[in-house]
Amino acid sequence: MNAPIKVLTPTGAIGTGFSRDAFIKALLERPDVIAMDAGSTDSGPHYLGTGTTKASASILRAELRVFMQARAELGIPLIIGSCGTCGSDAGVDLMRGLCEEVALELGQVVRIASIYSEQSASIVKQALAQGRIRPLQLEHIDDALVDRCSRIVALMGVEPFIHALQDGADIILAGRSTDTAVMASLPIMRGANPGAAWHAGKILECGASCTTTPAAAVVMAAIDDTGFTIKAIGEGARLTPRSVMAHMLYENSNPHVLIEPGGVLQVEGATYTALDAQTVRVQGSVWQPSEDYTVKLEGAAPCGFQSVVMSIVRDPEYLQRFDEWLACLDSVMRQRIEKHLGIGPEDYDLQFRAIGKNSALGELESRSGTPVEIGVMAIATSATADCTKDMVALLNPYMLHFPLPGDKDLPTHAFPFSPASMDRGEVYEFVLSHVMVVADPLASFRFDIKTIQGDAR
Amino acid sequence: MNTLQALGYEIRSKNAGPFSLTIDVFCRDSETFRKLATEPKLQAQAIAGVFQKNADSISIFPIEALNVIKISLPRPVVQGALHDRDMHGAQWAFILMDALLEPDRTTIDAAR
Repeated sequence: MNAPIKVLTPTGAIGTGFSRDAFIKALLERPDVIAMDAGSTDSGPHYLGTGTTKASASILRAELRVFMQARAELGIPLIIGSCGTCGSDAGVDLMRGLCEEVALELGQVVRIASIYSEQSASIVKQALAQGRIRPLQLEHIDDALVDRCSRIVALMGVEPFIHALQDGADIILAGRSTDTAVMASLPIMRGANPGAAWHAGKILECGASCTTTPAAAVVMAAIDDTGFTIKAIGEGARLTPRSVMAHMLYENSNPHVLIEPGGVLQVEGATYTALDAQTVRVQGSVWQPSEDYTVKLEGAAPCGFQSVVMSIVRDPEYLQRFDEWLACLDSVMRQRIEKHLGIGPEDYDLQFRAIGKNSALGELESRSGTPVEIGVMAIATSATADCTKDMVALLNPYMLHFPLPGDKDLPTHAFPFSPASMDRGEVYEFVLSHVMVVADPLASFRFDIKTIQGDAR
Repeated sequence: MNTLQALGYEIRSKNAGPFSLTIDVFCRDSETFRKLATEPKLQAQAIAGVFQKNADSISIFPIEALNVIKISLPRPVVQGALHDRDMHGAQWAFILMDALLEPDRTTIDAAR
């Protein structure tokens, strides 16, 4: 039996904060690797569309510094997946720049691997022509759709991480990766049970979310030949078989199965046993290698330029007849936009969301009531920034003064600020939900592995 | 008093990627779980009605060990699309909760 391999995950995402006391305590248990991710699709298509990072660079730098110091002290690898929120090349480069700065500051000699996961349109179109693109939740894909994407990333499995580790990387900064692969890679490289390694990866991926004390804990999994032991570390940190098992439900359609590059994790037969108040033993998870090796693709495409105008309706009479008022406003604005800008309904998108009434659920809203006030949010989108600006100029006086039918006096609703509009720039949508079949798990990813001489003086 | 104490269950929804929604019904105990697992309003047909989807696109996983009923379906609107109203999909849980709380029509008819 091999010695258990300990994976320490201090946070669900770098840049969002973590318990430093718990992290320092966890280092005493001598982990074999510190691993975490830095992104997901959860913040929406803007980040992949623009290739930008949600987290603050100064906070990322401060957290990275703590992890780099710990890594150097223990002489173990630090792995960060899905850099830059969306896993863009720019996100990896942002982290690389911060990492190099910190290495110089700390005088560290450190081997850094950047792994890039952006896919060119020509690579994806070639795969499409060769019948290597398979649909998941969206059927439609053609060359035109691929060309529309401002950015496409492929989600890497464990192999690119293993490749970088075998090349001697001390720090891996990866583009888009499956959450689990980031944590499962080192244990799999060292020969741990793959079912246990992947399952531990899933439980670790959101940091302390699998504990009953998420604010004060970091989590560490020790993976061996027959399963893994997961531990909550920190003052008062606790986890239970239930909290560990329940994490398989989180952001996952099927609680028993996880599809990963190169195989499928089956956890229906897994058993969860409490060893003490901080530790749970998990056994019986099974990894089934798949026939084809596939990587999932994510793509975001621009869908127009958007501005928002916000107005608050407080007049009780207007609130009484709000639906009638909004329907009139909607109809009048569409007429004015089409007449003044010389465009048709297919050239723009205009929505009014009634905040306080049904703005979160729209037509599916099942409740109604009489609110004290309603925020009316007009969302204007069109193909060009100029056209959207014109739409907003037309909306502005109406959002401020639009009367009820038959009301002779012009009301003045509340604009919360000046200007009343908020320019949201170009907006994006997720358009790919497909996998790409590849012959080589490394082929879709690019590597840049270099040693930084922090103490070159 | 939270809903778990008051009703015996709690419902949460969340994205499972940009194209799927997953709803977890956490039951207080195995008795509530057994009751809700056979509740007509938590079967595929009724859920499809609430979310205006096809019944065959709804997956339901009763997980006895956790007293949880997990329901997954295509997201009513793709996450972040122009007409998406809730980036993380957490408010859809309340529609299902309202549907469960709505008095059962057959019970009302029977009482008349």
